[in-house]
Amino acid sequence: MSITQPDLSVTLGPLRLKNPLMTSSGTFGYGREYSELFDLNLLGGIVVKGLSVRPRAGNPPPRIVETSCGMLNAIGLANMGLKAFVDTVAPWLAGLTTRVVVNIYGHTVDEYRAVAEGLKGIDAVSALEVNISCPNVECGGMVFGTDPAIAARVTEQVLKHADKPVIVKLSPNVTDIREMARAVEGAGAHVISLINAPTGMAVDIKTRRPKLANISGGLTGPAIRPIALHMVHQVVRTVHIPVIGIGGIMNYRDALEFLIVGARAVQVGTANFVNPCTALNIVGDLERYCLDNGIASINEVIGTLELPPWK
Amino acid sequence: MIDRDIEIAFNTQVSADSYLMGLKAPEIVSAATPGQFVMIRVGPALEPLLRRPFSIGGTLQGELLLILYKVVGRGTALMATAEKGDHLTVLGPLGRRFSLPQPGKTPILAAGGIGIAPLMFLAQTLSVSKPLFLAGYRRKAEKIPLDKFGLTDENFLIATDDGSAGHHGFVTDLLETHIRQLNNASACVYACGPAAMLKKVAALTLANQIPCQLSLEANMACGLGACQGCAVKSSVPDPITYYLVCTDGPIFPARAIDWETL
Repeated sequence: MSITQPDLSVTLGPLRLKNPLMTSSGTFGYGREYSELFDLNLLGGIVVKGLSVRPRAGNPPPRIVETSCGMLNAIGLANMGLKAFVDTVAPWLAGLTTRVVVNIYGHTVDEYRAVAEGLKGIDAVSALEVNISCPNVECGGMVFGTDPAIAARVTEQVLKHADKPVIVKLSPNVTDIREMARAVEGAGAHVISLINAPTGMAVDIKTRRPKLANISGGLTGPAIRPIALHMVHQVVRTVHIPVIGIGGIMNYRDALEFLIVGARAVQVGTANFVNPCTALNIVGDLERYCLDNGIASINEVIGTLELPPWK
Repeated sequence: MIDRDIEIAFNTQVSADSYLMGLKAPEIVSAATPGQFVMIRVGPALEPLLRRPFSIGGTLQGELLLILYKVVGRGTALMATAEKGDHLTVLGPLGRRFSLPQPGKTPILAAGGIGIAPLMFLAQTLSVSKPLFLAGYRRKAEKIPLDKFGLTDENFLIATDDGSAGHHGFVTDLLETHIRQLNNASACVYACGPAAMLKKVAALTLANQIPCQLSLEANMACGLGACQGCAVKSSVPDPITYYLVCTDGPIFPARAIDWETL
């Protein structure tokens, strides 16, 4: 029997998506910014900009700079804060049928907890994604996501105070990503997403100054895709909870690499800046790929990486 | 706002280092207002990756969108090689427009280098009132021909850094002279150019209480307010507030910006 409509839906623990395409935090605003260009409901989900308890102005400019096949950013987690989000954005998001995930962050464990609590009962929000790649002011500015015990504590606290599935987004700026993945799985995370941006730097050779006011920033775009794919592969083979792959995905071939390695969904980030319809185009291309290859469900592709027998 | 592959009608060098591109974009033309911009993907490759923001430099015959640009890096160098009949992906129109002069106000347009682009579009729409148009260049060879925009050089004055044409000095010298000649209550200023020039224009107009709108530029990834990359510090002292050049601007009143940090 020939396949007329391949099933692209995927399940991420308690979360079901109509297809594996999501947009990543910080690259898609609150969704509204892109809603004039295409129907967001055609995506599996959107992850909105990192939210903190209080509004945050962000870093001084320059905040972004283009690099080879990528860009560096040091936005400084600028956002409107919990109250404004709940009052002004959540009602708009409630009109969407796609899954809305809110990325949350804090500078103390209490701040994480407060955002999770503040989003309780907001039906527009399907899940939380916890950004653990920010500095912990209680520990001399060390990043939460570089210490397994602290990452686990943040995860536990968010889980305890949230009424939604919890995704933990891992930082790649660690010695062994598997250790971090084990820690947040052990703390009860429903899903892991990775990678957040590796830290990078660029210098203006005329002025001999860093190109970013913040000196360093997060590197994103196709330049990081092989690093991301490798780390997703490592994590998928380490934990039993579902994994979302993120890093430099520009087209359906890139997305397929992550799915084959074992990610159950992917997030498109920097590509949204290059072409706002990237994630939507990938949905269409994946459907065509399935049709062309006689694949009835995208789940037949997920985790089918062929490894040499000696590995 | 649309995002489409748009055909290039022409792409010609118009001065020592600048090009004028005409894009067949009637949908953008019909929606565009002076001060707005577009994000152009200069090629299909991953390098350079990001789109470039360009002020809309005007329109022709109700269907051609004019992009006046200077070759400053990889993206614009690639753009300069595009030929008639090629296609580029264009997102726009984006951002806020210049507010038109209040009745009774005489507009003065002050441009520095390639910053003349958005003011060309403004001059096209202000044609009934023939604004005073001041432009500064480093040298005569950089002068942008007005006829390409359907404009004449009536009321048009230039300054060059090296004295090779017009006033020997800065465009802000010309602006200062003309502000002095006018009754403050009757002038309004529109400006675009390098940061040092805009600072001077802001200082001049603020000191003389003349309404002034400036077009700012910044590194920008999305053009839609999503990436928050194009921040510029506002004059609000507390709490520290940043505007986004893409959606809060690119047009700002002089009083809105913290010029110390620009």
